[in-house]
Amino acid sequence: MSIVLQANAVERRFPAPRGLADLLLRRPIRAVHALSGVSIAIEAGETLGVVGESGCGKSTLARCLVRLIAPDAGAVMFEGQDIATLRSSDRLRFNRAVQMVFQDPFASLNPRMTVGAALAEVLRVHNIVPDADIPARVLALLDQVQLPASAAGRYPHAFSGGQRQRIGIARALAMEPRVIIADEPVSALDVSVQAQIVNLFMELQERLGLAIVFITHDLRLVRHMAHRVAVMYLGRVVETGLTHDIFEAPRHPYTRALISAVPSLIPGQARADAVRGELPSPMAPPPGCPFHPRCPIVMPRCASDAPSLINGVSCWAAG
Amino acid sequence: MRVWLPLGAGLLILAALLVMAAVPDLLTPYDPLGFDYEALLAEPSPAHLFGTDQFGRDILSRTIAASRIDLQIAVFAMVGPLLIGSVIGLLVGWFGGWADALFGRLADIVVTFPFLVLVIAIVAVLGPGLINMYIAVACVGWVVYAKLMRGEVRVQRSADYVAAGQVLGFSTGRVLLRHVLPNAVRPVLVYAVTDMALAILLGSSLGYLGLGAQPPEAEWGVLIADGKNFFTTAPWISLAPGVAIVLAGLGFSLTGDGLQALLDVKR
Amino acid sequence: MSLVVRDLRVVFDTPKGPVWAVDGVDLEVAPGAVLGLVGESGSGKSVTLRAIARLLHANATVSGEVLWEDEDVLAMPPDRLRRLRGAEIGIVFQEPMAALNPVLTIGLQIDESLEAHTELDTKGRRARALELLDLVGIAAGGARLGQYPHEFSGGMRQRAMIAIALASSPKLLLADDPTTALDVTIQDQILRLLLRLKAELGMGLVLVTHDLGVVAQTCERVAVMYAGRVCEAGPVASVFASPRHAYTQALLRAMPGEGARAGAKLVPIPGQAPRLDRPAQGCAFQPRCTVSESACETRRPSMETDGDRRFACYAEARL
Repeated sequence: MSIVLQANAVERRFPAPRGLADLLLRRPIRAVHALSGVSIAIEAGETLGVVGESGCGKSTLARCLVRLIAPDAGAVMFEGQDIATLRSSDRLRFNRAVQMVFQDPFASLNPRMTVGAALAEVLRVHNIVPDADIPARVLALLDQVQLPASAAGRYPHAFSGGQRQRIGIARALAMEPRVIIADEPVSALDVSVQAQIVNLFMELQERLGLAIVFITHDLRLVRHMAHRVAVMYLGRVVETGLTHDIFEAPRHPYTRALISAVPSLIPGQARADAVRGELPSPMAPPPGCPFHPRCPIVMPRCASDAPSLINGVSCWAAG
Repeated sequence: MRVWLPLGAGLLILAALLVMAAVPDLLTPYDPLGFDYEALLAEPSPAHLFGTDQFGRDILSRTIAASRIDLQIAVFAMVGPLLIGSVIGLLVGWFGGWADALFGRLADIVVTFPFLVLVIAIVAVLGPGLINMYIAVACVGWVVYAKLMRGEVRVQRSADYVAAGQVLGFSTGRVLLRHVLPNAVRPVLVYAVTDMALAILLGSSLGYLGLGAQPPEAEWGVLIADGKNFFTTAPWISLAPGVAIVLAGLGFSLTGDGLQALLDVKR
Repeated sequence: MSLVVRDLRVVFDTPKGPVWAVDGVDLEVAPGAVLGLVGESGSGKSVTLRAIARLLHANATVSGEVLWEDEDVLAMPPDRLRRLRGAEIGIVFQEPMAALNPVLTIGLQIDESLEAHTELDTKGRRARALELLDLVGIAAGGARLGQYPHEFSGGMRQRAMIAIALASSPKLLLADDPTTALDVTIQDQILRLLLRLKAELGMGLVLVTHDLGVVAQTCERVAVMYAGRVCEAGPVASVFASPRHAYTQALLRAMPGEGARAGAKLVPIPGQAPRLDRPAQGCAFQPRCTVSESACETRRPSMETDGDRRFACYAEARL
């Protein structure tokens, strides 16, 4: 397996806006710690599920991977090169290879461009096909995401959420990418439509050999479609491994809590106790292991030293 | 329904204004500059619907003839600020940073002064005349457009379709002009239509004060000023141009409001 | 039965014409029972709940019967309705931030509810407020009473909402997708809280949700809604084990389940959500149904009863 895209110890903070009062009172600069040293690797043709709750940094990670956000420290590597250093033609090559599908199918399409025009723009700007072949390619792209040819002449508002998500996927496919970063691509959709899009992703992967980074809060989906999983909590990857291993034998107490919190579809199944406590604010992450205030097997050491990710798990108790 | 009524009325008034400005000669019952010593300061009558002035010139004809200049003022006094303001607003809204901070302070300073006072001050420095008036209005009026545009651009900038454009490797220029601008420009254009009503009022005010259009260029404000000495004895001299200003202003305002409501519904 | 809904219909008058949001819904809730009302967006589940509490706006025309202990809620005079809403039926909404008043402290908002529905004096109300916070699992209640909603996390806000709804010890709690805005570990806490409260206080619960897993883990009975109609109702265990409406079956199959393996395809429901401005002549699900027959298109199937199961599907025998 070859690694196509890699995040190396990526860190990113978002400083909170400082008011005059903060300056006068000399309050320290407060910042949201979105990513605190995240490393992941995406292999060609696989689906990597990135799962976590709000504030875990999964969306920030997605945006770092496509160069929408620059890391404060660490790097995202593409073909062995830091993507922050890519210039002109290399950068375009990166853009063509790594595409993104966004969460909100209503906001991610330009409302004033027909679907056909939006797809044609991508093809024309990057000279992906000769101008004469653009209309045919637009139709082929629509067909690939199972939309009728008539969709090309219509504006985004004429489509339902699921159909718009197909348009967003077609736009990404127009670049002929090798990796698609999908940031919660189905969480705005109803279950019945969600399954259509999930299947579409899986078919496209089979047919085109795409690597997919599937970012979601939905463990059921990850279990269903990911080959490997990275579980994130408060800006860190706490556990990573093969999907089967993670779900059958989770090693990090947070992974265990997360899995048991998902309501099972089998009525009346006995369940473990709920994890206690609230999600801490990413403005003030707890010292040591970020999960220690909620952890059922917390040890004194956890409150002071942050464990690092060793053999796919970041926990002092998982020796 | 509630949208179409004001919009229709507004467009009707504007259409009438446009016709007057396009072919005044076909509409004026008399030569607007023709003296008639038989009918000095004539009261409104079937022959002179809005009366005549001290030289016997037909007020209605003069008002119709003046519409061309007032329409020109409405357009030119709007276009300058619209263009300057939109470009500045687009850039500071997109890039933010120190330019945006600077813009914020500058805008604060400009809006502190009453609009008319600032325009008059600038015209007083440059000297009276229409061209100088346009320059003065552009110096002051761009701020409103820039603020509107900046606000819209900042909203659009965080929309995912803009991020998508960046991920798709589009140049900043393309993202700005092809994606952000078409989505941000609507409120600015709607405001521009309403702004033309204010431009006409401003043009007339400056004309009245002798700082805008210069006689013999007939302009509604100038016409009203012409009648000010006869206000007690022959008030009709100022009536027709006054009514014209009100109607034109109403026309632009109604159209602007109508457009706004129409576009809101479509959203 | 404490709550009986008979042939409930809600028509919204919109600028674009009427929308049939709820189209003949029958429901029953026994005292102390938990009914799940499940469906996708546009199924009419939330509108049904709001119609029961008479919370709909003036552009809604509501007909049918809502019997609360044999009294018709839809015919209640305003002062009786006010007593009903606070004192007998409590309501919890989807977005606690929107349902709580941002400029009043949590304490004041609980106090307001207590003042309206109990005879307690100031001191008694404060004591009761502390009791309520304790009941819904908000620790350090005394300090919490003086805080504003924005100082609460999402989960804590929903707990506070529940405390306010419980202020008058209602016999029935209507919960409108109360966990949809929450993270999965917090959702787990809130659902367990609702079940504990139900058991401790002996109140009934109507839980609106889009998540079949939530139904499976929380409810005793379920009514599945589609396009403003109940298509199937019955005990959760038997409905999940052997659905008797084509839509219920399709919905269950579209969900990634427990045993799901990476690579396995979901069975999506084809097509898009139904249009409520043009009600179908026959079964509303027919256009998306894979087992429909000709009768489904022309005649609306009537509700059949078999023991404790109810369903409206011609294809029931073939499922």
